[in-house]
Amino acid sequence: MTTIGERSSYVSGLGQSAVGRNLGRTEMSLTVEAITNAIADAGLRPSDIDGLVTYPAGGNGTAKGGFGGPSANAVQDAMGLRLDYYSGSSDGAAQLQALVTACMAVATGLARHVVIYRTVTESTAQTASGRRGLSLGDTELDGEMQYRLPYGALSATTWLAPLAQYHMDRFGLTREQLGQIAVVSRANAQLTPYALMRGRPMTMDDYLAARMISTPLSLFDCDIPCDASTALVISHVDTAADCPHVPVQINALGTASWGRPSWDQYEDLASFPGRGPAEHMWQRTDLTKDDVDSAHIYDGFSIIVNLWLEALGFCGTGESGAFLEGGKRISRDGELPMNTNGGQLSGGRLHGFGHLHEAALQLRGEAGERQLPRQPEVSVVTNGAGSTVGCALLTRGLA
Amino acid sequence: MTTTAARPAAPPRPLPDEDSREYWAALREHRITLQACTSCNRRRFPATPSCPYCAHPEWSEEEAAGTGTVYSYIVVHRAFDAAFAADVPYTVATVDLDGGGRMVARMDTTPAIGARVAPDFVDHPEWTELRFRDQETA
Repeated sequence: MTTIGERSSYVSGLGQSAVGRNLGRTEMSLTVEAITNAIADAGLRPSDIDGLVTYPAGGNGTAKGGFGGPSANAVQDAMGLRLDYYSGSSDGAAQLQALVTACMAVATGLARHVVIYRTVTESTAQTASGRRGLSLGDTELDGEMQYRLPYGALSATTWLAPLAQYHMDRFGLTREQLGQIAVVSRANAQLTPYALMRGRPMTMDDYLAARMISTPLSLFDCDIPCDASTALVISHVDTAADCPHVPVQINALGTASWGRPSWDQYEDLASFPGRGPAEHMWQRTDLTKDDVDSAHIYDGFSIIVNLWLEALGFCGTGESGAFLEGGKRISRDGELPMNTNGGQLSGGRLHGFGHLHEAALQLRGEAGERQLPRQPEVSVVTNGAGSTVGCALLTRGLA
Repeated sequence: MTTTAARPAAPPRPLPDEDSREYWAALREHRITLQACTSCNRRRFPATPSCPYCAHPEWSEEEAAGTGTVYSYIVVHRAFDAAFAADVPYTVATVDLDGGGRMVARMDTTPAIGARVAPDFVDHPEWTELRFRDQETA
């Protein structure tokens, strides 16, 4: 067996800032709040932290774009940290690359307690400058965007919707089946204190009546921009005895990129680049899909969930519609509870880190009102959808 | 909610570079050229300096007829840029060209998956856009 170095790491601390719309906060303020909470949750002090990793870094400010979040350097300075390792990148296994990098820092001994964080202020930014596509006012486009934006393919919606249309046409996926993702997520959000859609239940009829954004994806197939920062402390397992919580171990990571990493040039558009990391992850563990007790699946758009469910092997290619039928299977009391915090569709676009945070919280058994009735022992987390994708398998306790 | 009017209502234009210059220049002449690998013979898009299928560094420019089959499509209802606000709803199709190469481009009608399409060339002031038209409804 190859070395599974990620098992040197576990989640020791969880931190969440305020989550909301137009909070009137800076990205740094939210970030420091989340990190401070995570460090305290781990029973540590800021002076114990020797590693800091973010996704994607290179923030362009709270009000412009609101996508990047502050760099590790900036946060180091703001919090007076003394770091042996720091990094930030948008390349790699999507948002989970921050976790991957932290595990590598821990496994190599470069650091022992690594904070990872993801900060978004997209709600504030889009209120300040309007909700718009990725051209962001550019009049000339180079790189890969030169091929997309001139045609009005301006947002990820327009890149994902063809995959949804293809699933509908070729495999018979129905809007009602796809809608279960949004409807179940909305139900879960009713139990989540920070969820943007708490207090606003939604029926399948509501879903079906929503306006189209890019056919066949409607408003409720798209996630909701918010302001928030999410942080976790990733520590070496040698320190687990000092952790005030049940340690949540990183059992396996999936970081592969095996096909053309592209929204439209991937070899088989019935599938997507998540196939690589999914298979990679299963190669690195003796656990199987049947061991998974909860799934925290990236849902920037609903159809991404279908693609991940198929990539992870929970169902065959083209069978995700049947898998979702009726919604029972993915509900809190179903065989594969999914996106138990409401996901990004109803909780808010915490951008990958919300899924990671929720998986760890459920594995600890500390999810409060929304704690799953059957305590999960194994959870899967996926991030990303198009050119960058990654996944991770987490376990309750150390193997 | 509306898009901001901070930009001129013209679509952003592509900025041809070393790799893409040939493609955009050919479109200006209402021709479609794609790179074809001289080792594995596969066509590719977009242009790259080595083959994404076999890593071979040499290629020839191949002229494509531009006919093909709709792999999938979408209808855009929400314009995220003022330049496209007057166009919604509009269709964007993913098309597999005869002879190889997968393109994404607008169509003036909404096709069925599997529909046969032919190329259209729309001249903008500084560049030319490839579109497709449904051969059955044309």
